[in-house]
Amino acid sequence: MATQLDDPRIIEFDVRTDEMLVNMGPQHPSTHGVLRLVLRTDGEIVSEVTPHIGYLHRCAEKIGENLTPKQWIPYTDRMDYLAGMNMNLGWALTVEKLMKLELPDKARHLRVIIAEMGRIASHLVGMGAYGLDLGTFSPFLYAFRERERILDLFELACGARLTYSYLTVGGATHDLPPGWLKKCEEFLRGLEPVIVEYHTLLTTNAIFVRRTAGIGLLTSDMAIDYGCTGPVLRGSGVDQDLRRDGEERYTEMYDGYAFEVIVERDGHYPKDHKYPPVPATAVLGDCWHRFYVRMLEVMQSIDLVRQAIDRYGTAKGSHAVPLKLNEKLPKGEVYLETEAPRGQMGFYVVSDGSPIPWRARARSSCFCNLSVTHEICRGCLIADVPAIVGSLDIVMGEIDR
Amino acid sequence: MSGQAFFERLKTKFGDMITGADFEALDPWIEVAPEGLVALGRYLRDEPDLRFNMLNCVSGVDYFEPDAKKAAKTPWQPHLEVVYHLWSVPHRVSLVLKVVLPRWKDGVPGELPEVPSVSGLWSTADWHEREVYDLSGVYFTGHPNLRRILCPEDWVGHPLRKDYEMPLEYHGIRGK
Repeated sequence: MATQLDDPRIIEFDVRTDEMLVNMGPQHPSTHGVLRLVLRTDGEIVSEVTPHIGYLHRCAEKIGENLTPKQWIPYTDRMDYLAGMNMNLGWALTVEKLMKLELPDKARHLRVIIAEMGRIASHLVGMGAYGLDLGTFSPFLYAFRERERILDLFELACGARLTYSYLTVGGATHDLPPGWLKKCEEFLRGLEPVIVEYHTLLTTNAIFVRRTAGIGLLTSDMAIDYGCTGPVLRGSGVDQDLRRDGEERYTEMYDGYAFEVIVERDGHYPKDHKYPPVPATAVLGDCWHRFYVRMLEVMQSIDLVRQAIDRYGTAKGSHAVPLKLNEKLPKGEVYLETEAPRGQMGFYVVSDGSPIPWRARARSSCFCNLSVTHEICRGCLIADVPAIVGSLDIVMGEIDR
Repeated sequence: MSGQAFFERLKTKFGDMITGADFEALDPWIEVAPEGLVALGRYLRDEPDLRFNMLNCVSGVDYFEPDAKKAAKTPWQPHLEVVYHLWSVPHRVSLVLKVVLPRWKDGVPGELPEVPSVSGLWSTADWHEREVYDLSGVYFTGHPNLRRILCPEDWVGHPLRKDYEMPLEYHGIRGK
């Protein structure tokens, strides 16, 4: 028996290869929500991935045709529920663009503080959950320990930990409570050295690099073709960030702030002498680069929040423009995209002159990011699929709305 | 390039396919006939000084007022619009294209209006057009895989249409 199996020239006659159809069903610990992936595999190698979405479709857009914009803000919270503040901001800015509303300075700086804190919180989840997808539990807990501090700050500001509905049309619902800025600064001081720990935990971890470097290669042309935005696009080397390149109504929020877009230029990331070097096996456009962009964006956001805190202290005006509950929207239609943590979140509102929009459409960044899965998962192993889907950092609430 | 000059340039190239434009609006748009959509899209994507290589969003908007009294006061006739928001990554400019369609093809209720698919030009359009088909009921000819994306496969009706009525029950689950 032993000699028969040792000889490679003897092939067992009843071994056939067949295609397998494996279902990574809607309930799965690694699919970032209710996402169904149907994998067509040849043994362990995936030949085709078909994502099926719609399990979290809650008809937000239909509801948007029956509520005033201020009333629809809680529905935007629940789209990308891990970055609720940024979703609120996107919708609020869109409606303000339609109404041609001018915001006081204080409201503008408040929005920068809140939006960037939201970005840090969201990237912490992205990082922690990505580690969880790949099998390590500790980074998840470390990340959530930091995120809890941000959520405590948000709870002080608006009363909620996840579904804030804080940034609204005209500014914010309440001003920041006294002492908030001091607590925020303390938090930032505590966060910076901890991020260095996370680099040791994940970014330079040999196993993490083996599982993410060179996997899920997304070329810049394919990324633009599929409408990928945010860290997915910047991880492929395309220099685009709406905080610098977007519409004036959005970029004027960041007017006067010094920040650099996190993208690789000539083989270097901004300030990368401070951070661990890019591993030799990592190729631009792979999972590792998308993850690295998010880590560096956290540092960038910390810097932005610090600048905003300084400016908020001396800003004039109030935290919001008072608006009637039944404020009539001018006739017209506008589309505005903002740089949410997961990509460019767009809102399209059509109004016929009444307080209730005719059409409220949300263009989700993760919707387009996920659509590229079937291209980049071709030929990878089954175990690489969670690595790729995790690197796209999707939230089903945003995809399905 | 100003809006008017751009419009003239497209009009010279595509003639009757460009059916209108609005430059006074907050987001100026250009209206194109369904037959000319793919050619115009290819021109906008490939011309070196335009390079609209990212399709941000495709939306379906149903202009129909179910209430008869309010319908008499609307400034428009019932129709469906498919709105394309384009973005040029190198030039950082955005553009809006609109295709105006009848609500039902040839006026026959139940027959979906048709638009050629642009998923050959911008691959994003694949999923976006599936969503517009699913929710607003527009049929995209030439689409590689036009099936429902957000609603279940056996759902009947197109929810975002203004005359949509929730079904009374779906697989035993009560609707109304």
